[in-house]
Amino acid sequence: MADSVSSEEVAVISNTDITSTESENNIINTMVERGTALLRKLEINVAEAEKRTGKNTVNMQETYTVYLIEIRPAETEGGTPAAPDTLWRRYSEFELLRTYLLVTYPYIIIPPLPEKRAEFVWHKLSADNLDPDFVERRRVGLENFLLRVASHPVLSNDKIFFLFLTEEKGWRDAVLETGFQDKADSRLKSLSAMFRVKNPDKRFTALKQYSDELNSVISQLLRIRARVADRLYGVYKVHGNYGRVFSEWSAIEKEMGDGLQSAGHHMDTYAASIDDILEEEEHFADQLKEYLFYTDAVRSVCRKHELIQYELEMAAQDLAQKKQQKEELATGTVRIFSLKGMTSKLFGQESPEQKESRLAALEQSIQEGEETVKEKNTECQEFVRAAWDDIEHFKEQKDKDLREALISYAIMQISMCKKGIQVWSNAKECFSKM
Amino acid sequence: LPAFHAMSISAPRGLASSGQKPITEILHPLSAAEEPLSPGPDEVGLTNGTPVETPSPASASVLFNRLQLDDDLDSDARDPYADTETHDLFVTVDDPKKHVSTMETYITYRVSTKTTRIEFDLPEYSVRRRYQDFDWLRTKLEDSQPTHLIPPLPEKFVMKGVVDRFSEEFVETRMKALDKFLKRVADHPVLSFNPHLNAFLSAKDLNKRQGLALLSKVGESVKNVAGGYKLRVRPPEFCAMGEYLDTFNQKLGTIDRIAQRILKEQSEYLTELREYGTVYASWAGSEEELQRPLEGVAGCVTTCCGALEDMSENMGQEFLPVLREYILYIESMKNVLRKRDQSQAEYEGRLEAAVLRKQEDRTPVTEVEKCQDKMECFNADLKADWERWQSNKRQDFKQLLTGMADKNVTHYEKCQAAWESLITLLQDKQTEDKTSETN
Repeated sequence: MADSVSSEEVAVISNTDITSTESENNIINTMVERGTALLRKLEINVAEAEKRTGKNTVNMQETYTVYLIEIRPAETEGGTPAAPDTLWRRYSEFELLRTYLLVTYPYIIIPPLPEKRAEFVWHKLSADNLDPDFVERRRVGLENFLLRVASHPVLSNDKIFFLFLTEEKGWRDAVLETGFQDKADSRLKSLSAMFRVKNPDKRFTALKQYSDELNSVISQLLRIRARVADRLYGVYKVHGNYGRVFSEWSAIEKEMGDGLQSAGHHMDTYAASIDDILEEEEHFADQLKEYLFYTDAVRSVCRKHELIQYELEMAAQDLAQKKQQKEELATGTVRIFSLKGMTSKLFGQESPEQKESRLAALEQSIQEGEETVKEKNTECQEFVRAAWDDIEHFKEQKDKDLREALISYAIMQISMCKKGIQVWSNAKECFSKM
Repeated sequence: LPAFHAMSISAPRGLASSGQKPITEILHPLSAAEEPLSPGPDEVGLTNGTPVETPSPASASVLFNRLQLDDDLDSDARDPYADTETHDLFVTVDDPKKHVSTMETYITYRVSTKTTRIEFDLPEYSVRRRYQDFDWLRTKLEDSQPTHLIPPLPEKFVMKGVVDRFSEEFVETRMKALDKFLKRVADHPVLSFNPHLNAFLSAKDLNKRQGLALLSKVGESVKNVAGGYKLRVRPPEFCAMGEYLDTFNQKLGTIDRIAQRILKEQSEYLTELREYGTVYASWAGSEEELQRPLEGVAGCVTTCCGALEDMSENMGQEFLPVLREYILYIESMKNVLRKRDQSQAEYEGRLEAAVLRKQEDRTPVTEVEKCQDKMECFNADLKADWERWQSNKRQDFKQLLTGMADKNVTHYEKCQAAWESLITLLQDKQTEDKTSETN
């Protein structure tokens, strides 16, 4: 089912000695493995976002954002870069694509979309969907999603995905034609039902537990990070008051005046510097959020495995029942109380012909059941194999991405420290001249 | 002659503006308005130390100081008080101790003195004093040296229940403030020769009864003079001083509020930051490959917490007390300015009366002249102390603000070092991975 990634295709992007601006630009690159088939042929960008107004399905005026997807053939050596093919997509179309992938590839951890509404925001950050900063961060997130899919060994070969990138108009119909929604509905119904698997796969149980833990720890982290950002913002901004008071104080001083006045400017600079610092930190939060949403994708694979496992167990149980019935019929003993046993006791023995035909029917049904169990067994095994391939791939990607994210976070912190040292050293110089 | 009168006159600025009379002849103009302060036997309940009743009016040391100062004044006109004064009296306040008796609980501090001054019998003293004693000294200085700016003591009253008077932090802060107070007095060219200071530094037991009686007397005399008189013209330099103090007071109050607010924000930030670090640590528990990196981040955040804590602690213990001291200093300064106005008022009042009387009969104008001398002396002392205070203030704030900037730099440096070592850790691991991959 799944083509496994050969090891040389996984590019390890080294991150030694990068400045903070570089690291910012590298965030996207480091998240995606290059070199899979589609990305070797195509360059994919979500180049810009645009606000539009139109009528929705219930004929109401609405404002929404569309994103410009650019694809161009990957640069060949020496050639001039070709003009990109472009098309516009709404967030809801991304959602449709993802739902399609989710249903079609139940054994794959489908990359998550960026959040629909801003979550875990600290108070200065806008939670408005049309806020330019939010739209920009979502643009980056959507591009990241496309690159993740395009670099995935299985998903990158999907036809519907390719059409998403190339057919602005016809794509929607093509998705709906696949009939994935019917599949989705029946599966979702069974998903929502409480089912009990008798022999759960320990690996999946562990994975489910891990993704639960990861989900809770990342959401906790994001919540506290937002609070930390809030407080840090406060600390910086209160320093801005020094700027004003030093400047006012300088007016009544002779020798100290100049020093105070210029130190006040540095305090203003200090207070203003926090805006950029925290804006930059949002990238880190976005990286964490991606993995927060990934945990849902992981859980979804686990649930689907449970479903398949459950179906297998049901088939096996059904078969066992039929076998038992056959035995009862053949030996005439009733081991377990049943309505059939009761009726036969009450209404006397069947004729040998009746018994014979019933045995034959049961035999037929048992054979079918054995076939089903075999089928389900294969399906389950295939699912586990494919899913586990993808899970391994995911784990590797996660460890690498998060490590990179932590490095770039540390680089951001260092840059914040450097800015702080710079400003306070300047202020110190002014003070020492007083 | 009472010793401190002569000493007051020997204040360099005072002398410069009060005319060319020889030191020994001059009588402090304020002496007329006050009781002679020569310490009586009941005041000196001293069991050891220098007897205070025998100071020599124009001690060699004072003269020496004065000349020394005059010489050096010319050589360093820009900052006359920075390092030109001869320091021959060194005082330290330290080693707080708690005393518990049935009557009360209080703290005493060790007051150590080292000196070469001949007014002291011994070159070194060590006595224990409590806050009350400092308060007594300050009152004495204010009464006996009304023309001078007396450094402030830390606030006497603390809100019960809000501040624990016996907490280590409170005692430490107060001790530092008392030390500052005493050092400022000991460095002052006039105040440092006050016999009450001498007694305070050297007497084993202080008898403070006399001081209290005196306080009420001075209070009355001040009231008599004040009498709702409006000054004709206040010299512009004193108007400027008053205006300066008002603005400075306002700005210091703002800075104090900002600093406290920063402390509050920092402490709230610290609380969140600690929790933030804890979450990384707990995340590390559920990871394999990422365990070390996440532990690294947790460690880093902890280091940053420590650095921030150090900085905040320093702000609370070093920065805020200096602001408080200067806010109190402003009060002392305003007080002296008020007294100066009173002395001018007294002179103007007498002058007016003399002019009226002049038409009827010729009374001697000596009373008026006395008042004028007194006022001029006051002006001179005040101007000298003002210059001195301005210079101290400049030094203190330069040091304070440079220190604040420095502490911030240090804080960021510590954090930066932590994050840099984290990157090394993370990238080391990466290269390890890469080498293991190629193998």
